[in-house]
Amino acid sequence: MIKVENLSKTFGSKRAVDDVSFEVRKGEVLGFLGPNGAGKSTTMRMITGFYPATAGKVSVCGFDVSENPIAAKVKMGYLPEAAPSYQEMTVLSFLNFAAEMRGLRGEDRRKAVRRVVETCHLDMVLGQTIDTLSKGFKHRTCLAQSIIHDPEVLVLDEPTDGLDPNQKHEVRTLIKRMGETKAIIFSTHILEEVEAVCSRAIIIDRGRVVADGTPAELKARSARAGAVLVTLHGASVEAVKEKLSGIAALHHADVCPAPEGRVTVEAFPSPDAGAERDALAGRIAEMAIRESWKIEQLKTEEGRLEEVFRSITMPDTQLVKGAA
Amino acid sequence: MRTWPVIGTIAKRELAAYFESPVAYVFLVVFLLLSGFFTFSLGGFFELGEASLNSFFTWMPWLFLFLVPAVGMRLWSEERRLGTIELLLTMPVLPWQAIVAKYLASWAFLAIALALTFPVVITVNWLGDPDNGVIVAGYVGSLLLAGTFLAIASLTSALTRNQVIAFILALMLCLLLILVGFAPVTTMLSRFADIWLVDTVASFSVLTHFEGFQKGVLDTRDLLFFFSVIAFSLFTTGVVLRSHRAG
Ligand SMILES: Nc1ncnc2c1ncn2[C@@H]1O[C@H](COP(=O)(O)OP(=O)(O)O)[C@@H](O)[C@H]1O
Ligand SMILES: [Mg+2]
Repeated sequence: MIKVENLSKTFGSKRAVDDVSFEVRKGEVLGFLGPNGAGKSTTMRMITGFYPATAGKVSVCGFDVSENPIAAKVKMGYLPEAAPSYQEMTVLSFLNFAAEMRGLRGEDRRKAVRRVVETCHLDMVLGQTIDTLSKGFKHRTCLAQSIIHDPEVLVLDEPTDGLDPNQKHEVRTLIKRMGETKAIIFSTHILEEVEAVCSRAIIIDRGRVVADGTPAELKARSARAGAVLVTLHGASVEAVKEKLSGIAALHHADVCPAPEGRVTVEAFPSPDAGAERDALAGRIAEMAIRESWKIEQLKTEEGRLEEVFRSITMPDTQLVKGAA
Repeated sequence: MRTWPVIGTIAKRELAAYFESPVAYVFLVVFLLLSGFFTFSLGGFFELGEASLNSFFTWMPWLFLFLVPAVGMRLWSEERRLGTIELLLTMPVLPWQAIVAKYLASWAFLAIALALTFPVVITVNWLGDPDNGVIVAGYVGSLLLAGTFLAIASLTSALTRNQVIAFILALMLCLLLILVGFAPVTTMLSRFADIWLVDTVASFSVLTHFEGFQKGVLDTRDLLFFFSVIAFSLFTTGVVLRSHRAG
């Protein structure tokens, strides 16, 4: 539904977005990640037709945004960064305006406004002018405007920015629910948000796409991914080290004494262990059972998105496999 | 196909926005007081001893010089400052439609201000027997003059996020359009330059083209002048707005 091909944008001599391509299908929620100034907002502004692209092409539901802007915009809802709105209007008149701009009149308009007021919990503030609202309400008013025509495609630029934890949770739930029937792209720099909401994520840095995959795939790129954490009872550090050295799939391990006679192990699989990698936890468990050590905790690390994000966007810290 | 409904929606919102702020009412009061003051006091309305609105319309360009940029300065600077331009232009509307819609709303506001001067018309009709055709022509001319200054203010408001700068720029441009045809200036110019040159320059003045309306003459060349300046300014507003986004 959203197709971005080789999109670039330069401001003066500065390349804000550099040859970005991706696709978002119906039923997909794409998380758009990147540090500040990476080019997320600029990309979204080109998708929504606010900025003309310097090069490349965007199509929304099959309509080219630069050649057929109206048809594309009809299909799209957009929440700009910082959620702007007309400050002197009341929430109700603002939503009525947005509905009319989307061609909704009469009973259709009333229904649409009622629906988004319910979805975004705005009934308390309908008659209030927007400049008197708290940040959370302002944000939700602008979000309400973006979904008033029940668009097939939603572009949300930092939709949870400035909300309190409850509101953040609510907006995430809403995005996830809407994502089942729409194509959604939303930007954020909160990584837990990506794991909670997205079916796919793209990391962009200095205008370029540096990673693209499901949250699980991205996490697997973390150096910690596949590491096994074990807490053993009744073992000594030396004995554990010795026995571990017999496991072929092991690359190296940190073995530390813990309080009350416990030993904690953090074991990293060798990069070239192949299928044995995934068996590492099993091998360690077998070892412990053979030696009659009690296993208090055993878990395989999925990898941390934050680590992947940092290592990709700050190349000096080489935490990602194969980055060296 | 959806052009007029969309323009109507935007214009309605814009016009309502004027009346939701106290500034609009202050503006209306100031405009009515000043137009009355200029007409009856400075214009020598009673001394002239004739039933016409000549002095009322003579002062109009000078009054508009300050008041129209004040109405138009927020048109695009405010949208850009608050970021609502991003909202507006990503809705299904073409930029020119938004420009025309906002412009028409402000023009309608100025038309309302002009219409509220009706007591002046009643007064002259009560005092004497004026040529109401001339008065109507004067109003048409005033509306066109206001529209011309407003289009210039639309352009300057697209240039900057700062309303004060937009106001000053508009005021200077409008002043220029007045002065090139202002009698004291043309007289002075004719001492240095050929008369055809002075006339050519003066033909770019709003005063030159407003004169006809004041005398009750509707000349297509005058209409053409005003509409050309309006069209040019609005077109350039679009070019400027696009250039901000083009990078
Ligand atoms: N209108 C503009 N004019 C000039 N530079 C801009 C403009 N908009 C964005 N940029 C630059 O482009 C880069 C990307 O910005 P942006 O897309 O806002 O990043 P993000 O949303 O990821 O934080 C930044 O370096 C920013 O300074
Ligand atoms: Mg941004």
